[in-house]
Amino acid sequence: MSSATLPAASETQSMTGAEIVLRALKEQGVEVIFGYPGGAVLPIYDAIFNQNAIRHILVRHEQAAVHAAEGYARSTGKVGCVLVTSGPGATNAVTGLVDALLDSIPIVCLTGQVPTHLIGNDAFQEADTTGITRPATKHNYLVKQMDKLASTVHEAFYVARSGRPGPVVIDLPKDILIGKGQYTPPPSQEHRSYRPQTEPDAVQIRKAVRLLKEAKRPVVYAGGGVINAGPEASALLTKFVRMAGLPCTNTLMGLGAYPSSDPQFLGMLGMHGTVEANLAMHGCDVMFNIGARFDDRVTGRLNAFAPNSVKIHADIDPSSINKNVKVEVPIVGDAAAVLRALIAAWDADEAKQDRPSLAEWWRQIDEWRGKNCLAYVQDSKIIKPQHAVKRLYELTKESGRETFITTEVGQHQMWAAQYFGFEKPNRWMTSGGLGTMGYGLPAAMGVQVAHPDALVIDIAGEASILMNIQEMSTVAQYRLPVKVFILNNQYMGMVRQWQELLHGGRYSESYSEALPDFVKLAESFHGVGMRAESTDDLDRVIREMIAIDRPVIVDVAVDEKENVFPMIPSGAAHNEMLLAPGQIAAGAGVTDEGTALV
Amino acid sequence: MPDPTDNSFRAATIAVLVENESGVLARVIGLFSGRGYNIDSLTVAPVDAEGKLSRITVVTSGTEMVIEQIKAQLDRLVPVHKVADLTLEGPHLNRELALIKVAGSGSARQEALRLADAFRARVVDATTESFVFEMTGSGEKLDAFINLMRPIGLVEVSRTGVVSIARGTKAL
Ligand SMILES: Cc1cc2nc3c(=O)[nH]c(=O)nc-3n(C[C@H](O)[C@H](O)[C@H](O)COP(=O)(O)OP(=O)(O)OC[C@H]3O[C@@H](n4cnc5c(N)ncnc54)[C@H](O)[C@@H]3O)c2cc1C
Ligand SMILES: Cc1ncc(C[n+]2csc(CCOP(=O)(O)OP(=O)(O)O)c2C)c(N)n1
Ligand SMILES: [Mg+2]
Repeated sequence: MSSATLPAASETQSMTGAEIVLRALKEQGVEVIFGYPGGAVLPIYDAIFNQNAIRHILVRHEQAAVHAAEGYARSTGKVGCVLVTSGPGATNAVTGLVDALLDSIPIVCLTGQVPTHLIGNDAFQEADTTGITRPATKHNYLVKQMDKLASTVHEAFYVARSGRPGPVVIDLPKDILIGKGQYTPPPSQEHRSYRPQTEPDAVQIRKAVRLLKEAKRPVVYAGGGVINAGPEASALLTKFVRMAGLPCTNTLMGLGAYPSSDPQFLGMLGMHGTVEANLAMHGCDVMFNIGARFDDRVTGRLNAFAPNSVKIHADIDPSSINKNVKVEVPIVGDAAAVLRALIAAWDADEAKQDRPSLAEWWRQIDEWRGKNCLAYVQDSKIIKPQHAVKRLYELTKESGRETFITTEVGQHQMWAAQYFGFEKPNRWMTSGGLGTMGYGLPAAMGVQVAHPDALVIDIAGEASILMNIQEMSTVAQYRLPVKVFILNNQYMGMVRQWQELLHGGRYSESYSEALPDFVKLAESFHGVGMRAESTDDLDRVIREMIAIDRPVIVDVAVDEKENVFPMIPSGAAHNEMLLAPGQIAAGAGVTDEGTALV
Repeated sequence: MPDPTDNSFRAATIAVLVENESGVLARVIGLFSGRGYNIDSLTVAPVDAEGKLSRITVVTSGTEMVIEQIKAQLDRLVPVHKVADLTLEGPHLNRELALIKVAGSGSARQEALRLADAFRARVVDATTESFVFEMTGSGEKLDAFINLMRPIGLVEVSRTGVVSIARGTKAL
């Protein structure tokens, strides 16, 4: 609230619940709310109308409000804020909440609720929002007493951003919003029960240092937790990896935590990771996992995962440790604090590194690297999707613009991860854990709101983009110059790939039938539409797109039959990768057991 | 450190101190059902002077790795203050209370009373046709008594589930 409309302390007695909510948001540093109105939240909309400190972005679907807040949060490190009405508003938000839960994104989502005396009566637009969102959030609240309102909002922000971040819902009955009460500032004392450990145990740190120093074949496996810990953690990771001379790989969620152009970077690991990253994981003798959660997309078959390694795992959430994979040295703490302690202990430890073994290990890694597993052949005018992403990367780099990439879900997402390089954290937003098609456009919107002058591009598939295409209207309303770069293969390509490899090429329901004309679609939403039909068009279209200061949809016609390689099929091990045709396959391929996995 | 290749199950009695607020039990139960953990028994009641804290005792079973997960998952719930694995932490007492209704006449009645006496079950209600026994003890002891009552004329049983506390001076 601006100082003109902010009630003075003496007047706080007469504030409405809705005003208390806004004041608490302001005090928590909220600058933008992504929301959609409805009966139960009208009092909050009234309070929004009467102030100008907090900006409201009107989305076109509540799911998109949450993804936009995720994009905002991931690109700034702040907590994203969402406001939706009761009933359908809340249920529409659920997919976004679960997405944020799985990817550890801090969100506070305010939901309207019917008045307290009607709760449980099947009232109009009543849903059991706290019941529905309990497993969809890190925590949730139903505010039933006026005197708990301000403290609940403050606590929600604390919970969302502390420890392992995540989404928090506050369900707000309408009588609480219109009732009168008193505002209370954030508490000065510690939370009574939730106090995550951030400083690592010194003994564990010394053990980790000694193991890494004596390692002959070490590898660093860094994940989204490093991004969660703030840009300093990425800088410390880079410093540590360089001073110790270690090879480093990132998960999909961790891209940008280590500079992609650095010679010590092995690329992404996992199902669609590089040969060098996966074989380094498979062959390592000491693994240092920092802020990654041994996801099944990363480990492949568990009993064949890094079989001869001693594992160190640093994570702020003790429940991530020893969940899927047993580790020898668990370290509970914030990634930045862990890395700071490691660097200090590294210098203090008198043991010498086994440099000759490390050099031998690098020779081996360079040999794997020499396979050039991401090579592709662009030998006709038909655009290869990999080539489209590569040119997008090179031309955005050339433009010198600060660039943020979001994605939808599917093959295009994997090609984006493989061929777009990230030098810094917070520049890459993707739905990793839930894999939510429809994430990319609203997320890009949120990023653009936070970074109005940056180049924000959603690398999309033609199927995914239709899942939240209505947000083109939001983009138009707020003049957000978001770019949608569609790799149009006329298929749900990721589904088609699995059907090709696992279901005998029976392409059941995976063809993208009756697609819209994306150029006209962009124009009808007051944006610019462009199409690249062949390699002759590609660079020109990308350059134009970068230059236009308006929303743009670029429809890139790409090779329909291209698959994502390398690929570790579900249920296979890291040394059982499928490589692109023409490259030498290194393993057993798909097993019957693997077919049952997702 | 749990061994993932160790697939042997063990039982664990876990004590959880939580904020006494609405929804907290649903969170704990939802955690168990959502993640596919077993609940063999679960009890809850407020335990402090102001009624602000409740103590949940949950008896579960699983591999060592699963039990460690259960504790870590419980511990990260926002309203949870403390989690203790009483089974692991040393000597502790497990108690359960049961109300057991037995109907019958003649020698069956005599037999029921005689056994109740041997098991230290108290008669808390009696009619000419029936008794209600109250009994506290370990789950096994209750099981044994209830099984003896079955052929005599067991009508119904109501049990509280296990409550547990560590021996000695230490608190949770
Ligand atoms: C189609 C598709 C294909 C995919 N293929 C791959 C693939 O090939 N390779 C791949 O890597 N992923 C892939 N994924 C993504 C995968 O599903 C997971 O989302 C991802 O691997 C998880 O990344 P992460 O381990 O870094 O954990 P995140 O989900 O980012 O979790 C972060 C971890 O860090 C911890 N943490 C949080 N904050 C901190 C902090 N401050 N300090 C320390 N720790 C913290 C958390 O507790 C958590 O354990 C794919 C997804 C899709 C949709
Ligand atoms: C909401 C949702 N529904 C279904 C899926 C399963 N799914 C994963 S990828 C995919 C196809 C995506 O197609 P497209 O957007 O064209 O991307 P492509 O793989 O062709 O690059 C589907 C249906 C999903 N991830 N999310
Ligand atoms: Mg497609």
